Amino acid sequence: MASVSVDVRTTDIDLGAEAEALRAATPGAGALVTFTGICRDEDGRLAALELEHYAGMAEAELTRIATRAADRWGLAGVRIVHRYGVLRPGDTIVLAATASRHRQAALEAASFMMDYLKTQAPFWKKEHPADGREGDWVAARESDDEAAAKW
Amino acid sequence: MKIVYFSWVRERIGREEEQVDVPAEVTTAGELIAWLATRGPEYRHALEHATSVRVALDHTHVRPDAPLKGASEAALFPPMTGG
Repeated sequence: MASVSVDVRTTDIDLGAEAEALRAATPGAGALVTFTGICRDEDGRLAALELEHYAGMAEAELTRIATRAADRWGLAGVRIVHRYGVLRPGDTIVLAATASRHRQAALEAASFMMDYLKTQAPFWKKEHPADGREGDWVAARESDDEAAAKW
Repeated sequence: MKIVYFSWVRERIGREEEQVDVPAEVTTAGELIAWLATRGPEYRHALEHATSVRVALDHTHVRPDAPLKGASEAALFPPMTGG
């Protein structure tokens, strides 16, 4: 059975500790991949991103995505951490980590999970511009739908 | 039925959640959006572009033709921007 674990929270993600924990949970795995999403400042335009989430469904959807990846690629372990609340440029937003016997499965599964998180995980981003204006909600991109559909 | 709203759907309607008595003739997720849109100008403003409003029933994404039958919570929101 794969080790599948998800977390939805406001606090920072310790990248090293997360990778070590997944390594410890997956003896026998030969590959460990971590993807980290980080808040951009969009060339100085943004002061912060505010992430709204649907509590309950967010955890359920991350678990569905992680379990689907684990089943499809026969992973040894999966870990997803997604933050919500006000995040500043440079802050971590999301961690998607996979462990598998060989590297291809771990790399593909991490990519699959990120494509699905973009379009299926109930989070919405609102921009807080650096100039103090009222920000807009980030629009979903068609290219994200296409990326998810290719799997 | 409990209805919860997120992102700009929540902002336009002006509330996070509410309890509503859904008429018996409203039987699908798509019909729920159409019915809610008749409840006032703020609802119409939020829901007039029905194709850009998504629905989840009891924490699961559904298509517009999905039956409401048995669901206790419906969520309405724009396309997600996670990750």
